Order: sequence, then structure tokens, then C-alpha cells
Amino acid sequence: MSDTLKTTPLHALHVELGGKMVAFAGYDMPVQYPLGILKEHLHTREACGLFDVSHMGQALLKGADVQSAIESLTPSDIKSLPIDGIRYSLLMNDEGGIRDDFMVTNRGDHLYIVVNAACKDADFAHIAASLPDHTLEILEDRALLALQGPKAAEVLNRFAPGVDQLIFMNMGEYDIAGIPCLVSRSGYTGEDGYEISVPTAQCEELARKLLAEAEVEAIGLGARDSLRLEVGLCLYGSDIDTTTSPIEGSLNWAVGKRRREEGGFPGHDVVMKHLADGVERKRVGIKPLGRAPARAHTEIADMDGNVIGEITSGGFGPSFGGPVAMGYVKTDFAKVGTEIQLIVRGKTMPAEIAKLPFVPQRYYKG
Amino acid sequence: MTVKYTEDHEWVLIEGDNATIGITEYAQNALGDIVFVEVPEAGTEFSQGDDAAVVESVKAASEVYAPISGEITEGNAALEDEPALVNTSPEGDGWFFKMTIGDAAELEDLMDEKAYNEFCEGLD
Repeated sequence: MSDTLKTTPLHALHVELGGKMVAFAGYDMPVQYPLGILKEHLHTREACGLFDVSHMGQALLKGADVQSAIESLTPSDIKSLPIDGIRYSLLMNDEGGIRDDFMVTNRGDHLYIVVNAACKDADFAHIAASLPDHTLEILEDRALLALQGPKAAEVLNRFAPGVDQLIFMNMGEYDIAGIPCLVSRSGYTGEDGYEISVPTAQCEELARKLLAEAEVEAIGLGARDSLRLEVGLCLYGSDIDTTTSPIEGSLNWAVGKRRREEGGFPGHDVVMKHLADGVERKRVGIKPLGRAPARAHTEIADMDGNVIGEITSGGFGPSFGGPVAMGYVKTDFAKVGTEIQLIVRGKTMPAEIAKLPFVPQRYYKG
Repeated sequence: MTVKYTEDHEWVLIEGDNATIGITEYAQNALGDIVFVEVPEAGTEFSQGDDAAVVESVKAASEVYAPISGEITEGNAALEDEPALVNTSPEGDGWFFKMTIGDAAELEDLMDEKAYNEFCEGLD
């Protein structure tokens, strides 16, 4: 099995640290370290965690007026993005569904993009084929680390003075401990923190330096998932996919105002129809009222027992201190506070529609 | 007083006509942080192999099977409020349920400690 899986530049380090390795998106990745998911999660919210996200795809898109070019694939307003500003964006299909969610940074004469590991081959092929007059340069020689948590800025500033001044959703070039890196003030935990694109050859050196700091623990995919779920962030392939529109996915904010009027992206007609007429189902936060977690694919029923939807992500929220979930319900039931039932192991369990996020997001906005 | 084990990593403490069941140190370690446990109510009857309890870690839900046939005499109510007892004391305070031994012959299917330890070594 493991010889068919790809590895990141930190694979040996994960094993050395006692990481429990599992297959994820074609990679052999640590789901947890000896600390365990619960403590890794809490440590990230209290101090600082280091995540290997090198399995994600990094690329540069180059060519004339590249900001306009990428707008033909996404509903985001990229043209208004300041230099080195970052935007959460969606790669759309013609039916108004979502091919992937990704991050776009405006680097002036080019864009830096980061896509999900499971989708990266398809995404890059799609972008390259859709924009034949532009050049997509896949960054095979770069790894990606995420340093997340309230102590992240203090820790990283020791190695790169001034990096604590970077504002949320902005990027800059910094030498971190002498290693040239592309640093974003961003992440997917709801905490302040950074995503660091580092040359593959120096990734392990940088990871070891960061892990040597007292505040920093290595964090696996298990805690990455519970951290993002608590702050209401979507997992592509579970919470959004090719069959969900951005409006059904409650990602209206990812559809730029100018783009709604002008269009020019795949699925614009569907998105506009969903905005004008409303949607039949909607992604919402769901709080089970008991202690039992409700996992993905759990059926959601109204108080009369009629099925009204399905959980798409669910589990235990260590910082929330109880079970948390997200899922789709018929729009009539989407209002916060609506009582619903979850069908867990054949039994009904009380739950209610909850406001997202379950735990407040804490970003550095200057 | 004898302790026997199943291939599903449950321990069965046999005391006369009654048994106490829990999950092993190996199982709690593999599951990781336990956040929810559902134990059966007294009076519930099970056949050997039936789903009897549920244990959920941060990662996933798992079933705990009735290692023998019999009637539940007590579920460990302490686990509802403190599921982490399964992590800290899997073979002590973190027990799951007590039941009658409906068919003593089924005990023959279970492993002794030596056989179970060898079974676990074979899994690593």
C-alpha cells in the first residue's frame, strides 16, 4: 500500500516524530502524532502548531492581464485584489457547481495559487487547458508549511523580523532563518498564522527549526480537520463539491459583487438564479444537543421525522467542548435555532441549526 | 476470577456467572482520545457478536460487540460524563458493561492473556 502513496519532503520527519501515517489524497500523511488529536487541536488554539501541507498544489499563473484571465474560471473579484493580497476563490463548472476551492494571490505580473491535493492534477489540467495563452508553472520544487495559532507571529518573527507586521490575507517574501520563503498570513484553522512556501530542499531544515521552539508542536491531519470544522470552513469534497453551487454552500461572499453583474465565469446563470430565486437547500452549522458526535452522511430529519438533509462534516469540537457538524438542509429549516433531529445508528438525536463558526475566528487585521 | 480477550480487543472479566466487559489498552491506544461512549441498559439481552456499545474517538465511531451471549446487568454510567476514563483506565474504571454469562461454552472461544498478547504482536 504505502509504496503506491506519494510522500512529502517531511515524510521521514513525520515518522521520526512518531506520526501515525494514513493515506490521504494519494499521500502518506500523519493523521496525528503521539500528543493525540485532542491535545494537538487545543495546543494550536492556545499556542502554535506546525502543519505539513506540502501535498497541496502550488503554481504560478503567468501571462498578459492574468487577473482578468483567472476571472474566466472563478466568481471572485481578482482584478480588485491589491498587490500581494490573497483571496479565497472557487473554480467553477458550467452547471454552477464547484470543481475546487483555492487561494489566489495577486503577485502583480503573475498569480500564486494553492489548490487542494485531491484535485490538483485535475485543477492544473483545467486551468492550463482553459487559458492556453497563459503559462501555468507548477511549483514541484516547493513544499508548504502552515504555522498556526496565537503564538505563530511571535515564533516566526524570531526567524524573520518584521513578519509579524504582515496583515491577514497578505503575502510577502521573507528570509526565514536565512531560507528564502513566500509567506502568507493565512491558514485554515481559524487562528492567526502563516502558510510558508519553502524550497523543497530546505523544508525539513525549516520545520526542525520551528519545531525546536518551545511553543510549537507538530500537528496532524486529524486536528487540522477538527480545527477547520469548528470555525465553519468547508472541506472540499465533503461540504462543497461539483453538485453544490456557491449559494447552496453559503459561500455568497466568495462571489464578487462586480462579478454578479458582469458574469463571465462558468455557471454564472445558475449562481444568479440561486441568488434571485433562493435555493432549495443550504449549508448550515448543526449542533447535536447530546454528547454523541454525528458524522458525515448522517441523515437530518424535521421534528415529524421527514428527511430534510444530510451532515457533510461532523465530529467532536475539542475547543467547543462538544459535538459540532455542518450539513445541508432544506432552506425552510436553515434558520439558526431551528430544532431538527439526527438519525444516528437508527435512533433519533435532538439537534439544532447553529450559527457558524462554533469557535470565533481570530485573525490579525493590523 | 479469570480475564479473557476477544480479537475485537475487548477484555472479559469472569466472576462466577457474571462478566464485566471493556476494551483493552491496545484498543484505547489505537482509537485515541475517546469523546463519547454509549453503553447498553440493564435488562438488554444480547447474543454473542451483537452490537452492544458504541465508542467514539475524535476520529471515528466504533462498535463494541457482546463477546458472549447474556443479559446486561449494568452499564457504566460514569462513561457518559467522563468518556476519557476509557483512555486513562481502560481495564479499570473505564469498563463498559456487566452481563450474565448465558452460555459458558462461549467462553472457550476467547483468548487468554498470553494468546491475546501474541495476537496483538502479530498486528503491529
